[in-house]
Amino acid sequence: MTFLWAFLVGGAICLVGQFLLDVMKLTPAHTMASLVVAGAVLNGVGLYEPLAKFAGAGASVPITSFGNALMKGAMAEAEKDGLIGVITGIFEVTSAGISAAIVFGFLVAVCFRPKG
Amino acid sequence: MRKGYQSWVFPSRPVIVGRAAIGGPFEAQGPLANDFDTLHGDLMIGQDSWEKAERVLLEEACDKAIEKAGLRREQIHFMLAGDLMNQTISANFAARTLSIPFMGIFGACSTAMEGLALAALLVDSQSADYVLAATSSHNSSAEKQYRYPTEYGSQKPPTAQWTVTGAGASVVANQGNGLRVTAATIGKIVDMGMTDPFNMGGAMAPAALSTIESHFRDLQLSHDHYDLVVTGDLGKVGHSILSELLPKHNVNIPLKRYVDCGMLIYGDNPIVWSGGSGCGCCATVTYGHLLRRFQEGEWKRILVVATGALLSPISYQQGESIPCIAHAVAIEADTL
Repeated sequence: MTFLWAFLVGGAICLVGQFLLDVMKLTPAHTMASLVVAGAVLNGVGLYEPLAKFAGAGASVPITSFGNALMKGAMAEAEKDGLIGVITGIFEVTSAGISAAIVFGFLVAVCFRPKG
Repeated sequence: MRKGYQSWVFPSRPVIVGRAAIGGPFEAQGPLANDFDTLHGDLMIGQDSWEKAERVLLEEACDKAIEKAGLRREQIHFMLAGDLMNQTISANFAARTLSIPFMGIFGACSTAMEGLALAALLVDSQSADYVLAATSSHNSSAEKQYRYPTEYGSQKPPTAQWTVTGAGASVVANQGNGLRVTAATIGKIVDMGMTDPFNMGGAMAPAALSTIESHFRDLQLSHDHYDLVVTGDLGKVGHSILSELLPKHNVNIPLKRYVDCGMLIYGDNPIVWSGGSGCGCCATVTYGHLLRRFQEGEWKRILVVATGALLSPISYQQGESIPCIAHAVAIEADTL
């Protein structure tokens, strides 16, 4: 059952992305940014955490969870340090993801010399 | 000399004395593979960038066309070439290598026939004895120029087209044996307000219609005058739109005599979505495939209508619609 819900919720998020691409004619970059923002907004209204608990990887793997994580980090630091915490907190929780993108991007570029 | 509003007829009937088509590895798997003079197995063509690879394609096409015409580079009076890169660098750098007096032209994918029409005009007006018209495109350099990095793996809709990796060239002369360029119609920009760069066939079909209509009107020809009417790179989507538009506008070309280079080059391969596109599409299919069949006596006259979408990445990012154009060139057998 856990797998089924993860599949359905994750699939539904991807369906929204496909809808934005094909029907709303958004560019891939706009689509990605929209999903990140949607994840942040859902966290803001307190819906993303319950969704992640319910659907597991179905909600934590899609890009929306990055928006959720940004928001979570910002809010957690904001409680400690006030307004400046919003700025420092954004990268607190997400630094692993961003650093991984830089490190793996570098390694792949070294090995395969992308030219596209 | 001008006939009608926007057409030229060439009374001296300039001759296509040499023609060449060069392709890449994907074209080598297509149904027209045998019609290329050279096919490369490596998309990089032994170079270290896509842009350099495209330049080599163009240089090879030019050299091959000159060689097949039985000429040397220094006998060519003028070279007309263009491509899809910013500042048409493939043409500029190939012209640097070839060292022939050069004029760069840009008509996006319509460049092949824009070049051939101008070459015929130069020869017909006795401004030159031999003129080289060439163009090229490369799938990967075009993706980089117009779309997203290929590594990004961005999705494309079924109306998208596959840019041909290839180059085509022809040498037009005032005498000799071969197929003859008898007339040309220069198109007007047609912009129906389409903004989707992944549906260029749909955007370009009305431009092709406009030029075809003008051609028959200017030259006062009956609609069944040509044995074959071929568009440049409308693909399946644009081909079906134009097949509907032609009868609606009372241009009664027999539809079984109407084909599209973008549909011919890769056959029914679903990987290419709607079909082939790019400067190299019309150029390689026309110079490689169609003129070979033509010379074997399959047809007496054909009309090649090369279509071009004159957008830039900046113009479509700013939400501008896509201005489209088509240029038509009539080619006839020697015996007529």
